[in-house]
Amino acid sequence: MSDVKKIATRDSYGAALVELGKEHDNVVVLDADLAAATKTCVFKKTFPERHIDCGIAEQNMIVAAAGLSTMGLVPFASSFAMFAAGRAFEQVRNSVGYPHLNVKIGATHGGISVGEDGASHQCCEDFALMRSIPGMVVLCPADDVEARAAMKAAYEHEGPVYLRFGRLAIPVFHDEENFHFEIGRGEVLRKGSDVALISTGLMTAEALAAADELAQAGIHARVINLCSIKPLDEELVLKAARECGRIVTCEEHSVIGGLGEAVCAAVAEAGVACRVKRVGVNDEFGHSGPAKEVLAQFGLDAAGIVRAAKSLLG
Amino acid sequence: MSMTGEEKKRLAAAACRVRMGVIESTHGAKSGHPGGSLSSAELFAYLYNKELRIDPENPKWDGRDRFVLSKGHTAPGLYAALANRGFFPVEDLPTLRHTDSYLQGHPNMNTVPGVDMSTGSLGQGVSAACGMAKGAKLTGRDEIRVYTLLGDGELAEGEVWEAFLFAAHYKLDNLCVIIDLNGLQIDGATKDVMNTAPVNDKMRAFGFEIAEIDGQDLDSMDVAFAAFHANRGSGKPFAILMTTVKGKGVSFMEHNVGWHGKAPNDEEYAVAMQELRAQLSELEG
Repeated sequence: MSDVKKIATRDSYGAALVELGKEHDNVVVLDADLAAATKTCVFKKTFPERHIDCGIAEQNMIVAAAGLSTMGLVPFASSFAMFAAGRAFEQVRNSVGYPHLNVKIGATHGGISVGEDGASHQCCEDFALMRSIPGMVVLCPADDVEARAAMKAAYEHEGPVYLRFGRLAIPVFHDEENFHFEIGRGEVLRKGSDVALISTGLMTAEALAAADELAQAGIHARVINLCSIKPLDEELVLKAARECGRIVTCEEHSVIGGLGEAVCAAVAEAGVACRVKRVGVNDEFGHSGPAKEVLAQFGLDAAGIVRAAKSLLG
Repeated sequence: MSMTGEEKKRLAAAACRVRMGVIESTHGAKSGHPGGSLSSAELFAYLYNKELRIDPENPKWDGRDRFVLSKGHTAPGLYAALANRGFFPVEDLPTLRHTDSYLQGHPNMNTVPGVDMSTGSLGQGVSAACGMAKGAKLTGRDEIRVYTLLGDGELAEGEVWEAFLFAAHYKLDNLCVIIDLNGLQIDGATKDVMNTAPVNDKMRAFGFEIAEIDGQDLDSMDVAFAAFHANRGSGKPFAILMTTVKGKGVSFMEHNVGWHGKAPNDEEYAVAMQELRAQLSELEG
């Protein structure tokens, strides 16, 4: 895997903003003194007049974005997930979600792969918070190709969209030529019917690696990538539940309120007999350390997914 | 150019009609916030009958001036002004807060014609207004003016000061922030709950040009808005600090914090309407 190209999806975010900015003059970008980290600095360099730094004031940033959207602009408000979804939650809820304004929230540094900065900056609650807002689309791309496609889809979607990007460089496994992205649709990356690994974000590359390892043990895992946390591709999830009977959900998020719970709800309400194991952050805070080490400590890697899958099959 | 006596009378009558709408709607709702709606009645009347470039026939007209009610709980005042200006029937006001009514308890831009931003959670409207003013400038429509009304209790919200920094930093001289200093909030006098005074020094320090007026005096309001217009091109945002009386216009509601968020009962409604009808007939002869 060492020759696989790796790109952090926050870099994809910056690059996609520039592309969108070139195509559409109504794209504006807001940041809260984190342009170098969220990569909106790339957009700022190309379109300085359309980059609005709000200073360290995320609450005002989100609602100013709402105001900008009412003037026909398409704002991408950017910060770390912790501050965009966490600190400014009520602003997103009341001034973006409730009026259903055309605001895009580009949240970088999601999850514990933030690494060294530690728990204060490792947001594992954003899916839960954003999913709970009526009408909010929640996207978490798994690689550079999907991230840039998700940005285009977010721009074209009329209404609020929350996009979660990561700090850590991760493998690019999608083939851009043949890739098609649609909000609300997932994709089967690997066929199999012993167990379904349903994953999002950086966990999808780990799920693919886990499927390889499971195959060596004679276990054929289906790998499903769900960038669209909300709306959820229930059809794909229920098909997997019926055909595999065992699901492992994989997300760099708390097991509370994220993809795992969304999948559980879909399966339970459909009355499908299926066991589910959620791989995620188990109701605890993260901590400092190199991203890879922290991910491994929390079982958010191929080895952790293999353990979970085997526990369902054992 | 100052107002003619006739125009002043017309606006005073409009303010009185706003007050009647506030009483009608809160009585009909059996809840709501009359106190701060009444203190801002002259301001609502002035904005919707003289200041704002708007078209009731085309509420979403792209080139209109914007108004954001940051102190969203005073929706009864805003709704009364909009209804009297022809955005929707005055007869609908008593349906405020009813289950099937479009007149939500706090302003909803998607259900109420003429409402430019959904508000209600204090401190947020002013940020939206900043975004609108910045958006007007970014899209080359600098002639569009954006107004927002805050309460003095609302100033305790930290986001307000984030927004004020933003307004000055981005030189939003198309933004007019109006602050209703009625001195009372739910838990008591603002100076006792969380003192926000001196507001004038704070606004100057945050980079605003300011006008300080009696918010019940239409002449000084006229002068203040003229000063806002004169300030265009200065690169500084403008603030009108208006001292008012909470509950103004209804004798038993004036200066009484109990009327912040309480509706008049049938008896109180009758007395209030009698007083306001008398004021109106005096103005309209």
